[in-house]
Amino acid sequence: MIEIKNISKQFHTAEGTVEALKDVSLSIPDGDIFGIIGMSGAGKSTLVRCINMLERPTQGSIVIDGVDLCGLPERKLRKLRRDISMIFQGFNLLMQRDCLGNVCFPLELAGKSKPVAKKRALELLDIVGLGDKAKAYPAQLSGGQQQRVAIARALATDPKVLLCDEATSALDPTTTNSILELIRSINEKLGITVIIITHQMSVVESICKHVAILDNGAVVEQGEVTEVFSHPKSTAARRLVFPEGDSDSLIAGDAEQRFIRVVFNGARATSSPLIAKMAVEKGIEASIAYASTRSIGGKAYGSMLLSIPGGDGAVQAAIGYLTQTPDVLAEEVTAHVS
Amino acid sequence: MFRDLSSQEILQESWRIIAAEFPLAIWETVYVTVLSTAFAIIIGLPLGVLLVTGEKDGILPLPSRVLRTLNGLINLLRSIPFLILMILVFPLTRLLAGTVVGTPASIVPLVIAAFPFVARLAETSLREVSPNTIEMAQSMGASPLQIITKVMIPESIPSLISNATTAITTILGYSAMSGIIGGGGLGKIAINYGYYRYKYLIMIAAVVLLIILVQIFQSVGTRLAVKADKRIKVKSN
Repeated sequence: MIEIKNISKQFHTAEGTVEALKDVSLSIPDGDIFGIIGMSGAGKSTLVRCINMLERPTQGSIVIDGVDLCGLPERKLRKLRRDISMIFQGFNLLMQRDCLGNVCFPLELAGKSKPVAKKRALELLDIVGLGDKAKAYPAQLSGGQQQRVAIARALATDPKVLLCDEATSALDPTTTNSILELIRSINEKLGITVIIITHQMSVVESICKHVAILDNGAVVEQGEVTEVFSHPKSTAARRLVFPEGDSDSLIAGDAEQRFIRVVFNGARATSSPLIAKMAVEKGIEASIAYASTRSIGGKAYGSMLLSIPGGDGAVQAAIGYLTQTPDVLAEEVTAHVS
Repeated sequence: MFRDLSSQEILQESWRIIAAEFPLAIWETVYVTVLSTAFAIIIGLPLGVLLVTGEKDGILPLPSRVLRTLNGLINLLRSIPFLILMILVFPLTRLLAGTVVGTPASIVPLVIAAFPFVARLAETSLREVSPNTIEMAQSMGASPLQIITKVMIPESIPSLISNATTAITTILGYSAMSGIIGGGGLGKIAINYGYYRYKYLIMIAAVVLLIILVQIFQSVGTRLAVKADKRIKVKSN
C-alpha cells in the first residue's frame, strides 16, 4: 500500500517560486495498476519522483507499507529504492554496457556476486523476451527492445513497486501495446504494484485499474478508470476524455445550430440505431459533428457531438429522446462550456 | 647559413651524432611524457570528478567556497606560461627529485603544468554523461561513489581516452621545452645542437622525430577511443 498524504512541492527559481504539486493525496493498493494522467507541466513527473524521493516533497508524507519515506536518511532511502524500481521515457540504459551488464547493474549496486547477478540477469532477459540479446549493446537495439532491457533491469532487485515515467511515450503504437502487455503480465505474475505516469489516454484505458487526473499540480479527479472516464466531472478530465478538445472550435461561428453531446457506454447503446430512429420517430435530423468510440476495460464507450437544427424545442426533444435509452447521457453544449 | 647543409662532411658528422644520441633521447622523451601524463591523470581525474559532482545540483555537492577555490587554482596554474612555471616550481622540484636539473627532475614541473589541464579535460568528458542516466542510477539506490565508479567514468570512457590523447600530445610538446632547464630528450638535442651550435640538420631530425611521436600517440589514442565506444553501431548477427 502506497499512501501519498498531502504532498506539496515547491521549486525556487530565478523567476520566483513554482508550485509543482499542491496538496496531493492518493492511496494506491498493493498489486494495482494505477495511472496518473495529465497534460505536460501538470506535475506528473515531480509526483512520481516524490514516490521514490528523488525529489523530496516540501510538505506531506509518502508512506509505503507503513514506512514514512520522508523521515528516512539518505542511506536507508538508497536501500529502500531497490524495492521501488523505475523505467523512463528515454530508457536510460548504460550505453557502454551490453544488455547483460545493464541488467546486472542494480544487482552489483546491491552487492550481489558476479555469478549470482549474471544468472539472475539471464533469467530476466528471458522473461522480457530478449534471451538472445545478452551480448548486444543498447545502440544495436530498437526502442522497444531497449525498454524491455530497462524493464528486466527494473525487475532485477525483486521490487514491490514499478514506476513507469512516460515509459511508452517514445515508442510507436504497436510497440507501446507490446510493452504495456509485458507490464500487465508482470503485474499479474509477480503481483508488483505498477504506477504509470502518462499523457496518453490510450495507455490508461488499456491497462490501468485506477486513475488520478492531475491538473496544474493538483489531483482533480480519481477513481476507477471506467468510472472516471465514462463520467468525467472536472474540466481537465473532460479535456482528456473528449479529444475533440475544446468543442468551442467546432461550435463557434454557427449561431443557427445547437449542439448536444451524447455519451454512451455499453453494448446496449451501441447496438441500436439511435440517431436514425430519432430522425424517423421525432423528425429531428441531427448531423454528427464529431464522434469517437473506444474500449475502456472491455466496454464500448463513446462520445458524439450532434448538431441539431431548430430551436429550443428540438434540442429538448432530442435530449429527452436520447436519454430514454439506458447508458446514454445527453446534454447541450454551448461555446462557453466545454 | 643553410648553404653547407649538404656537404659530405656535415652529413657524416650529423649521422654520427644522431646514431649516438637519438636512441637515448627518444627513450627519455617517451618515458618523461608517459610518466608525466600518468601522474597528471592520477591527480587531474579525481579533480575533474570533483568539479562535476561538487556543483550545487551535483551528486556530492561541495561547499561553494571549496569549489570556487578549486576552480581558481586550476585557472591560475593554467595561465602561467610553462617556461616560467618550470622556474617557479624549483623548490618543489628540489624537494621531490633532489635536484632541479636532469630528466627525472623535469617530470615535476610537467605534472604541475599538466594536471590542471587534465582536470578540465576530464570535467568536459564527465559532463557528457546524461543527467537522466545518473538519475536512473539514483533511482536504483546507487551511492555517490557507485555513481562515479560505475556510471560516470565507464560511460565517458571513449571521451576520456580521446582527451587523454590530447593531454599526452600536449605534454610531449612541454617535455621538449623542458630541454631548456636540462630535461633530457629530443627537445634538449634540438636546442643544444640547433640553437647553441648551429647544427640545423640535427635540429630538423629531432623535430621530425617529435612529429612522428605525436602522430603515433594520436593515432593509437584515436583507435583506442573508437574501439572502446559501444555506442557506435556494429552489425549484430
